[in-house]
Amino acid sequence: MSIQNLLIIWPSAPVLSIVVWALGAAVVLYFGRTPAHQLIKTLTQALGNAFKMGSRSVLRSSKKLAERNKEVLLASGAEAVERSIEREFHRVDTLVKKELAGYPAMQKSLGDLITKIDDDYSKCAEVPPTPTTWVNAVEAVAKLKNSGESMVAKMLGDIKNTINEQHKGAMDEYRKTSTERHAVLNKMAPFWKKTAEALEKVGKNITGLHQHSSSIDKKMGEFEEIRAGSDKAVRILTASSLTQFFIAGLVLLVAIGGAAINFNLIALPMSEMVGGGNYIGPYKTSNVAALVIIMVEGAMGLYLMEALRITGLFPVIGSMNDKMRTRMLWITFGILLILASVEASLAFMRDQIAADMQALRQSLAADPLAGQQVNSWIPTAGQMVMGFILPFALAFVAIPLESFVHASRTVLGIVAVAGLRTIALGLRISGGLVRSFGMLFISVYDVLISPALWVEKLVVGRAHHDGAKSDIGEPTKERAQ
Amino acid sequence: MKKIFTLVLLVAVTALSGCSSTTGHATGVYMLIDTSGTYTLELKKANSIVNYLLGTLQPGDSLAVASIDSGSFTEKNILQKATFNTRPSVANQQKRAFGKNIQEYITNVKGSAHTDITGGVLQGVEYLKETGAAKKYIFIFSDLEEDLVKGQIRDFPIRFDGVKVVALNVTKLRKDNIDPRDYEKRLVAWQKRVESGNGHWKVINDIERVEEILLD
Repeated sequence: MSIQNLLIIWPSAPVLSIVVWALGAAVVLYFGRTPAHQLIKTLTQALGNAFKMGSRSVLRSSKKLAERNKEVLLASGAEAVERSIEREFHRVDTLVKKELAGYPAMQKSLGDLITKIDDDYSKCAEVPPTPTTWVNAVEAVAKLKNSGESMVAKMLGDIKNTINEQHKGAMDEYRKTSTERHAVLNKMAPFWKKTAEALEKVGKNITGLHQHSSSIDKKMGEFEEIRAGSDKAVRILTASSLTQFFIAGLVLLVAIGGAAINFNLIALPMSEMVGGGNYIGPYKTSNVAALVIIMVEGAMGLYLMEALRITGLFPVIGSMNDKMRTRMLWITFGILLILASVEASLAFMRDQIAADMQALRQSLAADPLAGQQVNSWIPTAGQMVMGFILPFALAFVAIPLESFVHASRTVLGIVAVAGLRTIALGLRISGGLVRSFGMLFISVYDVLISPALWVEKLVVGRAHHDGAKSDIGEPTKERAQ
Repeated sequence: MKKIFTLVLLVAVTALSGCSSTTGHATGVYMLIDTSGTYTLELKKANSIVNYLLGTLQPGDSLAVASIDSGSFTEKNILQKATFNTRPSVANQQKRAFGKNIQEYITNVKGSAHTDITGGVLQGVEYLKETGAAKKYIFIFSDLEEDLVKGQIRDFPIRFDGVKVVALNVTKLRKDNIDPRDYEKRLVAWQKRVESGNGHWKVINDIERVEEILLD
């Protein structure tokens, strides 16, 4: 016997059975109304509060995380600016050591040049002696009247001739000394030029120093902002990290593309070394070997960049003494060179194997061109060059990798904070929804027992009415008594 | 520290050498060529299929070509067999020699009086089990009409255990033209026999679709 049969009181009148059951249920629900309302309210409030508390807790965690992110961001920003300032100071130091170290020599040179110029100038200043005072005597004689006396005329003629000769001689002397002065001035020109060049160089150095000091000033300003933990600094650093993240990610994708090409270049010839039919798990041993070679190249590139102090992912390498670091540099470079050579050889072998396979397929297909190969060294040489260059190119992946790793911390932090905030919002909304559902359940409950409530309202209304009547009637009775 | 490093290295090398395997991923192919009666005229197609297989199979894979004649359940019927070397260059040399030998056989083949397909299939299953290949194929290049020598017992179930049996170029006989249901019956009978022995059955009549053979 099924439950459905049990519920039917009168099999001949199922509708009546349902009505009776409904009425019974309504009565039960009516009498249990107050505790049921209490239960729904308590449950929904408890759930709502739990969600609310959860939301607050998550929000608090997100705030803590945001603060921690800010601290990390500011610390890394400060470190970067410190490094930048240090580099600027290093440049200034180099400039001062390199350029200003030569200043005493330059000063001496300038002093010598100036002395030389001064001497030359002094020589130029030497003018020919002025004509003697007998010119006045000549003037006096010239004023004498020519009376036609032969004696006087002759004397004057002689004086004239003498004066003309003297004048000519003086003029010749003047021209000669002028020419000499011009020659001295001509000799002075290179010295002037040298002096001007030396001064220009000094000017350039001073300008370079000025630019560096401006850059240091700017960086110091940024550093101050970071130290103060201002919102502006945080915004700038966050934007910078995001930019770094995307750019470094893009470059890494390019590098992965390069690695994939490299892989295809050496996977086939590796099968000649480790066997083409061997597997490690589901992967061909030759493919795994090729991948391992590429990974080793990447690792060597990383160590090389560390040894060159271009990147700072491994503080152990960075903090090595210079001698050890140089050794490490040469060792990693040597390994990289060997691997690059191996790859070039593998690329050559790949070409040979591919040609052999092609020849086999052609011969099996009974092609008239069987055995003929493309007689060109260009693809072979191209593959070999690629095989040699790619390991070195991949070595530079260390630079974007470092940026990516550093920027990832910020980006992951931002994502985590956003995630936590979303969860907090979700919990808050859920709490609100639970409370609203509680109210809705109460209303639905009341709708289900609405006939009973209607009856109750009627009864209560009548009782009130009767009570009111009796309240009005009693004083009348009293008054009648 | 040094000891720990040595131990880790030892474990890694052992694990890698233990994981490294050839047969776990290899393909084994056993090709049966019907040499009975008029079917010998179709053998040029069989040669092209063998060539296709030689071009497709990888180092470490196994290939055997055997003939179907009056008594096929014997190693003597295996015309040529090889497990290709893991070095591609050596495998290519093996393939060249393999192709040449099959070519010579097909040029000089003589037709047999009877057709023992079941014996050939049994020999194929045995060979493939020995190779330990992960993917096992038996290609039957025949019209699937069995014509046994009197006294030969072949009507028993065969355990295929995952071997894929591909019937190639199943030509129609003269009697099939009279009643085409005979052709259908032949195919259905073989399919039932293979599938009841936990094998997989496939028919490829168009040699142009030969690329589909090893796709599954």
